[in-house]
This record gives sequence, structure tokens and C-alpha cells, in this order.
Amino acid sequence: MLRYVVSRLAAAVVMAVFATLIIFLIANTVPGDPALAQLGDLAASNPEFLAAFRAKWGLDLPLWERYLIFLKGLLRGDLGISIASQRPVLDDIISYAPATIELATAGFLLSVVIGVPLGVLAAVRRDTWIDHVARFISLAGVSAPTFWLAFIVLAIFYGGLQIAPGPGRLDTIAFPPARITGLYLVDSLLSGDWSTFTDALAHLMLPSIVLAAATLGLITRTTRASMLESMQQDYVRVARAKGLKEGTIVWGHVLPNALIPVVTLGGLAYANLLTGAVMTETIFSWPGLGRYTFRSAAALDFPAIMGITLVVAITYLLINLLIDISYALLDPRVVR
Amino acid sequence: MQETTPVAHAATQRPAEPILEVEGLRTQFFTDAGVVRAVDGVSFSVAAGETLGIVGESGSGKTVAALSLIRLLEDPARIVGGKVSFQGRNVVEMSQEDLRNIRGDGIAMVFQDPMTSLNPVLKIARQLAETMLVHGRLDERQALDRSVTLLGRMGITAPERAIDSYPHQFSGGMRQRVMLAMGFANEPALLIADEPTTALDVTIQAQILDLIAELNRDFNTAIVLISHDLGVIASVCARVVVMYAGEVVEEGPTEAILSDPRHPYTWALINAVPRIDRHVPGQRRLVTIEGTPPDPIAHPPGCRFAARCPFRIAKCTEHPDLLDLAPGRKARCWVTQSGDPLLPPSTRAPVPSQAKAAMDHGAGTKLQRGERMLELRGVVKHFPLPKKTFFGKREIVHAIDGVDLDVSQGETVGLVGESGCGKSTLARVVARIHQPTAGSVVFHGQDIANAAQSRIRPLRRHMQMVFQDPYASLNPRMTVADILGEPLRLHKITGSEAETRKHIGDLLDVVGLSAKAAERYPHEFSGGQRQRISIARALSVRPDFIIADEPISALDVNIQAQIINLLIDLQERFGLTYLFIAHDLAVVRHISDRVVVLYLGKVAEVAPADKLFAEPLHPYTRYLISAVPIPDAAIEKRRKRLPLQGEPPSAINPPSGCRFRTRCPIAKSICSEVIPPMVEHRPRHFAACHFPGQF
Amino acid sequence: MSTTTTVTPVAFDAVPSKRRRWLRRYGLASAGALIILSWILVAILAPVLAGHAPDVVDVTQRLRPPSATHWLGTDALGRDVFARLVYGSRISLTTGIIVVVLAAAFGTLVGGVAAYARGKIEELIMRVTDLVLCFPPIILALAIAAALGIGAVNTIIAMLVVWWPKFARLARSLIIVQRSQEYVEAAVVVGLSPARILIRHIIPNSIGPLIVLVTLDIGNAIITFAGLSFLGLGVVPPTPEWGSMVSEGRELIEQWWVAAFPGLAILTIVVGFNFLGDGIRDWLDPKSRRR
Repeated sequence: MLRYVVSRLAAAVVMAVFATLIIFLIANTVPGDPALAQLGDLAASNPEFLAAFRAKWGLDLPLWERYLIFLKGLLRGDLGISIASQRPVLDDIISYAPATIELATAGFLLSVVIGVPLGVLAAVRRDTWIDHVARFISLAGVSAPTFWLAFIVLAIFYGGLQIAPGPGRLDTIAFPPARITGLYLVDSLLSGDWSTFTDALAHLMLPSIVLAAATLGLITRTTRASMLESMQQDYVRVARAKGLKEGTIVWGHVLPNALIPVVTLGGLAYANLLTGAVMTETIFSWPGLGRYTFRSAAALDFPAIMGITLVVAITYLLINLLIDISYALLDPRVVR
Repeated sequence: MQETTPVAHAATQRPAEPILEVEGLRTQFFTDAGVVRAVDGVSFSVAAGETLGIVGESGSGKTVAALSLIRLLEDPARIVGGKVSFQGRNVVEMSQEDLRNIRGDGIAMVFQDPMTSLNPVLKIARQLAETMLVHGRLDERQALDRSVTLLGRMGITAPERAIDSYPHQFSGGMRQRVMLAMGFANEPALLIADEPTTALDVTIQAQILDLIAELNRDFNTAIVLISHDLGVIASVCARVVVMYAGEVVEEGPTEAILSDPRHPYTWALINAVPRIDRHVPGQRRLVTIEGTPPDPIAHPPGCRFAARCPFRIAKCTEHPDLLDLAPGRKARCWVTQSGDPLLPPSTRAPVPSQAKAAMDHGAGTKLQRGERMLELRGVVKHFPLPKKTFFGKREIVHAIDGVDLDVSQGETVGLVGESGCGKSTLARVVARIHQPTAGSVVFHGQDIANAAQSRIRPLRRHMQMVFQDPYASLNPRMTVADILGEPLRLHKITGSEAETRKHIGDLLDVVGLSAKAAERYPHEFSGGQRQRISIARALSVRPDFIIADEPISALDVNIQAQIINLLIDLQERFGLTYLFIAHDLAVVRHISDRVVVLYLGKVAEVAPADKLFAEPLHPYTRYLISAVPIPDAAIEKRRKRLPLQGEPPSAINPPSGCRFRTRCPIAKSICSEVIPPMVEHRPRHFAACHFPGQF
Repeated sequence: MSTTTTVTPVAFDAVPSKRRRWLRRYGLASAGALIILSWILVAILAPVLAGHAPDVVDVTQRLRPPSATHWLGTDALGRDVFARLVYGSRISLTTGIIVVVLAAAFGTLVGGVAAYARGKIEELIMRVTDLVLCFPPIILALAIAAALGIGAVNTIIAMLVVWWPKFARLARSLIIVQRSQEYVEAAVVVGLSPARILIRHIIPNSIGPLIVLVTLDIGNAIITFAGLSFLGLGVVPPTPEWGSMVSEGRELIEQWWVAAFPGLAILTIVVGFNFLGDGIRDWLDPKSRRR
């Protein structure tokens, strides 16, 4: 098992380095000019100013040298300085990440906790009302655009019914809890700040539901299909022939088999939530990585883009590794 | 052990009270196309400790009947009538709760495919113990202890370790032993075994059948054994029920039925199977019956077998009841009511076809009979497995490891061996679907082992292949005319489209299909008919050599006999040469001139068929022959089966020296050190063994 | 002997009517096709249906709720939401279809080459697909689209970069599965050339799952394109596009009609493609024909 993990880790590192190379090439061979994007029209019309700017950020060096500089920095844990914020990219990422982690984790938990049982019930009670409900939910979840769903939910529960708080992680007048992990829910609990905790929780509700919708749809759908498939297997008939109760068969025999594809899907979905909450964060003014990515991309802030790409790729690879490990734990047939 | 005479033993127990009585059972499938009457008024009973066989072709309703006994039916199927009384209680009307208490406790069931019958993600211990726990017999500790005892009793080595394993760590035979342990866990009054050995190799089948017979004796558990194979039934069961088209057509003691069938269908079943212990020279054709079973949605009003029956009389338009013949014997037949036995079969000569012209060989190097056509020397085929980890070592499957083989014009060479011995790989190397890793394959004087496909193409006109799976070997999206026309056009055998069409019509006629078949798609045909199309495709280019890779193993016995007869007819008419691959030794003996026995990628023995079966030299061959059950209860009673222990080793790390030594009772130290050479011990009789004939 | 004791009097409609059978087999696919066809008609007939010009600014008419003259109200610049919605269908449909069809064509080709080349080339191609797949699609498309600049064509290019690998993987696995089928082996024995085997035997039998994925994926592509437009990348402003329409209305919670309707349009069209894709899958899957 250890051998397996180590060899997978090594492969992941190689992939991550390749990933930076690819994003570096894409970012530097396309027509956009970060100097023009950053300086604004007036400054950009001054050639001296432009040259100084380029020299400062190393934009005048050849491509391979810039990549080498980036790699060297990487070895020291230095992702460079963001052009837009003038701060180290790593610091930026560290300060924006917790908001996203909190949101994505809440959304993911919601979709798993609802999606798996719903999928199981839909498969067991196939063609009954609960199956139709589950299929409707999963279809709506995967078909509704996130940004639109976010708007609708805000319009109804915040604008219309006024039972939910508006955008942001906390009320505008509230102060964030003392930073320990950066996760407001955890930090407020640790410091015993009950009112901040409920405030943060209330603010988390709508965005995490929105974020969960698509994942919930996918997980419900996959669980249902996988359960139906597993229930066709011979060992289910064998279990019935042994005189086991239906409940034992469904939850004890079928589900462990049916979960195997769901784990892959769920892991990838979590990675996507962590890295792809751009739209939700935009509408809910959520100060997370998604908005940071979007702003950096719009400003052609290459150091920031490179740093985010690297973090994102590593997150992806790590989660993939976790998927494979849990796969090996769930399915004894996988060779370790 | 091996003093297995379960037949006599069980027969003495006959007068016991019936524990299972089935009366007028009717099970139907409610499908889109209509109501399928799968089980249509079936009655039989089983006494305590008795062994009853249920035999029939696929679609006869035998499996559905078995599932109905404990109501394991799934959705479109329902029991619509009749009574199944088990120990005096009617299973059909029982509540789900009562039913659950009986399943696995009073009545246990073992299914056909051990590879899929165990839950892959749960440990053996859990799967075994829960059978006992759910019926509240034992607590967890006791259940685990008993699991170990049971596995040991079923012949699994190191049962303490085995219960901590997962199913995938076991072979098929081992898994079936686990299934049997599960079945016997609560010492049920009745065990239903649905084709329990069909998915297993013949030596493993012998082990499992012996075990079942032994358990029947030791636990006094009644057994209902469902099988399509009369030999399997004969080796375990004292009484047999024959099913056809959802009905019981004959019932009686196994010995009596096999020696003197009183229903024409039973008669046909018995005579369609070649016998390994009996070979009449010159009588190459098997007895077959025409047609197919009736449509289960609309059974004919009279006798359901009448349309195919060679003994048909006028009264057969009336539906017969299951009539008494003698004490304990019943048959659903008007013909045998007179008390006369059914006459032994006379095999008819083949009907000469008018389409012979289509098959005349055009160009080509026609060899004289007996001249060498194919010569394999030192053929090796290794398959590298995908690497398990990034830095891991690549493992290699040694599918074939140095095979020499000759085939001469006009002969039939049979290739036998258990699954995994490399016989299918060898067929594919000869046909150059696979490129051999080493060695030479000389066909018609040309080495094709490493030739490019374009170089081989002209030779493809001489060599064709028939495949195992009639459902996978025809492209589902092409019509029969396209399937047969493709090789004709490619090799420019026919000039014009009209000529192609004519040739396709002739081909269909030659294999016994109507010309109308040309415009239809494969899925519109039955398995046997598809295999005929497959043969027609092989014949289309007028080859002189045909590789047949298990061409009949997916078919029912009557269809098997039809296809064997067809192959023999074709050989006689067109002077074909066959490389015939099969795991069924009786069939191989019947059809082959010479037989090659393959074990784990190497040839163990080669000899003319009669010599090989009369005096096998290699211990493995002896075991193989001994393991085949014979559909004759009298012989089965007297015969002692040789107990070949264990399972074939892995082809990834084959044993050194002689590959069979790990299971061979006469192996000495030389066997692990020196690979035995292939030596001609008697004229034309070769064996690769250090101690030939000494076992 | 044949005294059949009938236990339960069974009387139920055993064989479903023709209509119900038809619905079960083709109902889903037909519903999907109907939705998609309607939207295609809307896109073609946009000038006839719209009633208003999609880009005429009229500040006096800004943010009017739905009424008889403006069926779906007007936006912050006084443009008719219905007209913009109708015209917006053109961009969503064409970009969705273009992205998926091009990505499928390229991906299938690459996957096919990998399956056929085997060895080192296959290894290399599959590593490259892995590499692309280790980026979340939205982030990568966002980065590329931002670098290339705003505009529909650039966004399509960005999406293509992240879109092809799944088709490469599917095509490769489909071909590998087909290649070991006995009818393909039979074609080898008959002597057909690899190209003919591919065209006559492998492609016709593996096209089904590809069509299913293409159909389902057009919905995905439409959502993604609209999402990128929502972030300001997809189309150049006054062009009517559903994603950017939602974006324009996202602050207008009181004037919900500005953002709600274009989103609903996306929802219906994606549901349409989902229905069609699922319907085709059920239809191709032999298991679902059992009942």
C-alpha cells in the first residue's frame, strides 16, 4: 500500500510540473499583453514607462528564462508577486482559500448526504414517486446554470421572502472571527463566538445549496444507476436465497458495490467545487479563490494565474490520489 | 474417498416421506410481447434425503421452476398457479417473513456461476457467517468457528486463512465450494443446485459433483440438481425429471430413463450426445431432431413435442397428460402408452445439396490427402499485463510456451484442454489474429508467423475460422448478405453482383438455411442458426482448412449435434481439414482423427483419437478422460473417478520442468528439473512425460 | 395429475398497450427532440418572432415589468428582454453544437490513433489527455479565454482545448473493446484491411455511446459558454446572449425578469439535450429493451 501511494505521489509531482509548463506556454504565447492590461491607456502610451514595467516583471526576458525563474522560485516555495495586488501570490492564495474551502466543503457534504440516500431509495423503489422526484431533482440540478440558480435563490429567499441573509460571508456590520484556520465556522466555534457562528452559517446556506445543486444531481443520478446495475448481479439473488432481509441486502450487500463509481465521481466533483466556484462566489460576493482567479485572469496577472494553476493542479492530483486510495480500500479487487 | 456410489445409496432411501411436493406449478413472464408460459403445470415431489435431477434444454423452464420453489423470481415473472409445499407448508402463499425464514435454512440454493455469485467486496467470513446469523442459529463467535469447519469440510485448504479472503482471491472451483459451504451451513432439508458445474472445467466439475454426492449422504440433505447434461445428472441423481416447453415430459429412476427413455424428447436428448466411452467407427453422424421448441407465448394445443417428433401418431394432436407407465415411471406421450420402448436411432445419410457447384475450389494449391498443410514449430505467445504501478515490474502471461503441431490435408485434429490452457490463443496464432512471440507457423509452405497482413491475405482464402460465441461473432449491424458478401467481394470470388447473390444463396443452402435469411440481421436468428451463418462465412472463400474454436460449446445438445453433423457433412463433401478446439472430450473423440492435449501452454500428449482414449500415456490425459461424466447410470455406478486434486497453476509463473508436476501423483524430482521432451512412445502416439503410462 | 389449484386469482393487464410501449421506448427522446427542434425554429425565425429589435436602447422604457407590449419586460437599457432572448438562442445553440462537434471529431481521431498505434504513441497521447484533465475545465477555459481576449470565437477555442480529452478517452476505450470482439477477429481472418475493419465493423458498433455523449454534452457546453459570458468573456456587449443577459440582471433582484428568463431558457434547452441523450442511451442499451 505504501509503495503504491509513494509511486502515485511521484507520478503526481511529475504531472504537476508538466501542468505548470502547459499553462506557462498558454499564458505566454497568446496575444494579450499584461503590460497593456495593467497600466491603463495613459501610461501604456509612454514607451519608457512600458519598458520599465516590462523589465520590472521580467516580461522582456526570453520565454524559457522566465519559466526557469518561475521554477527556481517554486523550489523555494515562492510563487512570485502578483502584478495586480503587489503581494506574494502564495499569500494571496492562502488568504482567499479558506472561504472557498468552507463553501465547497459545505456544498459537497450537502450533495453527498442528500444525493446518496436519494439515489439508493430511487433505485430500490424504482418507478415510484420517490424515483420520479429523485430523477427530477437530478435533472434540474445538472441542467440549471449555477449563476442563474444563484440569482433565483437570492431573489426568492433574500429579495422576496427576506428569510435569508444577502451576499457575503458575514453581515456587513459584523467582524470576522480571529483568524486561526480562516474557516469562519471553525474559527468562531474555537473562539466560542456563538453569534458569529450562526451568522456565518446563515450566510453559508444559500451559496452552498446553489453550489451543491449540480453535484447533487450528478451524485443522485450516478448512485441510482450504479445501484440498479448492482442489484442485477447474481450475488443479490444469492443473498435473497440465504434468507437475508431486504434492508441488509440493499445497504449491506448492494451499496458497498454501488458506491465504487460514486466515489470517483464524488472526488472529482469535490475537486471541481474547490476550484470552480467562480460563478457562485461572484454572485454571492464570496471572497474566495474563484473570484481571485477570475480577477487575475481578467487582468492577465500571470504570476497569479501560474500560482493558482499550480495549486489547482496539485489539488486535483491529490484528490485523484485520495480517490484511488479509497478505491483500493472499498474494492478489494484493486491491486495495491 | 472415491467410493462414490451415491446412486445406489440414495435409491435405498426412496420410501421416505416427501419433503417437497410441487403440484401444477405455473410461472409466467408478463412481457411486452405477451405472456410467456415458462413453467406450465409442473408437478413432482422430493423425498427426504433424495437426489432428483431436472434436465432440459435452455428455455425448457427448468431454472424458472427451481427459482419458483423459493420464489426468487424477479419482475416480469410471477407464479400464477399451483402449489409448492415444503414440509407441509405452501411456499406460494407464504408471507415474505415466513419465506425468508425458509430460504437458506430449510431450502438452500447454489447457482450456476460461482464467479458472480459471491459479493466481491465482502469477506468470505461475513458472507458465510451471515447465513447462519440471520436464522438465529448461532452467535457470531460460533458462526465464525463453524465457517472454518465448513470450508474445511468442503475441501478448501487452510480454511482459517480462507475466511479472511475476498472472493476474487479464489478460482471458480473454490468459489463453488464456498457456495456449497453456504448452502450446507444450516444443514437444510433441501438443496437446489442450478447447473452448479456448468461454468467449471471438467476436472473441477468432477470434484464438485463428488462433493455434492458425499454431502447428500453425510447430511441427509435432499438434492434437486438442475442440468442440461445427462452425464452430470447420472453421476449424482437417483431419479430424474425431464422438462420440455414448460412441462414435465418424463419422470422416473435415472438408470431406467437413460437406458430406456419413454418420451421421444428424452430419447432425442440421450442420442444427440456423443459418448466418451463408446465409439462406433464409421458412424459419424449424431441423432438430431428437427425444428425448435415451440413459442412459449403460444404453445400448440396438442403434444408440444409433436412437431419435432419422429414417432408422431395421429393422436398427438391431443395434449397428453403425464401418464403412468410403470411404478415410479411416467411419460407425457401417447406413443409409449402401448408399453413398447422407443426404437434405437438410425442415422440418415445426409441429403445431397444441389449447391455443390458453388463450393468447387477455384484456384489454389490443392494438396493430396495426407500431405502436410500446417506446421507449427516452437510457437510461443506471451501477453504482457498492464503494469500495476508506475515503477512496478511488468508481468507476462505465458499463454502458449513452445508448441509443435502438424495438420495434414483432410484430417480433423482435435485440440483439448481446460480453460486457460492456451487453446484459443493457439487458434488465434494459427489464424494470425495474434502474432506469435516466437516460433514458426508454416501454412501451405509459407511461414506466416511474422508476415504482414497484406502478405497473408492471399492465404486467407485457404484458411478460415469459426468462432465460439454465436452472439459475438457476427456483426450485429450487417445483414447476412453483407456478412457473407464481404469476403466474396474482397477476394474477388464472384464477378458481378448477381453472381454474388447467387453464391450467397448457395452458401446458405449448404449450411441448411433458407435463401430468405440473406436479408435479415443476426439478432433475428437463434444461436444454432447464427453458428450456421458463421460457418457459411468461413466457407464463402472456399477454404481447405477451417479452425473451429469451440464452435458448439454455447449451444444446446440437440443443436450441438446438428452443427457437428453439418461439419462432418461439409468435410466429406469438400474435403475440408479441421483444427477443432473444444473442452468437451466426448465431442472431440467423436469428431477427431487425432487429438492434441494441451496443459498450461504446452502439449502434453498427441495421438490418434482411438489410441488416446483407449490408452492414454500422460497422467493428465487419464485424469481428463476419467472426469467426464457418462450419461449411463449403470456405468456411473460402477466407475471410479480418478480424483485430480487442486487447480491449474497460474500462467504468469508456470511451474518449472513439467508443468503438470504440481498436481501429478507420480511426479519425481526429475519432473521439476527437466522439461519432458515430446517422445513417440508408440507409433504416432507422442507424450511429454518422464514416466509415460506408469500411472 | 393436471389438477391445477389456482392460488391467487390473477387478473391484471399483462400486456401494456402499444401506446404505452411506444412512450416507454421513444417518449424521452421524442420530448427532448421536440424541445430542441422548437429552439432551433426559434433561432431560425428570430426576426419574425422577436417583435422588437434586440439592441435598440430606449432609456424611457427601462426596467419595465412584463406586459402586453414587452412580454418579458425590458432591461436596464430599455431593451426588450423577449427579443434579446429569442436572438440569444442563436448564439447558445451554435456555440454549443460547434464546440462539442469539433471537440468530438478531434478527440475521437486522437483516441482512435492511440488505440491503433499502441505502445509509446498511445502512452504519450493518453498522458497528454490526463494532463489536460488534471485542470478543472472552467478555470482552464477562463485562463485561456482571458489570455485570448473577449469574443465568441476565442471562447470557443478556449473551450475546445478543455473539451476534447473526454472524447479521446471514450473513443479509445470503445475501439479497444470492439477490437477484441469475435466479429472483428472474423474480419481479420477474412482478410479485411485495418482501415476497412475500422470503417465497416468498429465504427458502426461504437458510434452509439459517442452519439449519447455528444448529445448530453451539448447541454454542458451551452451552460459553460453561458457561464463564461456571464463572467464577461463570451461575447462582446451589445450582442444578445443568455449568460451575459443574466449577468446584466444579476444585481436587479427587484426586477427579476431581466435575469430570470434567459436562465430559464438555458434550463429548458439543456433539459432538452439531456432528455434526448438519455433517450438515445436507453434506446441503444439492449438491457432496457428487456421489459
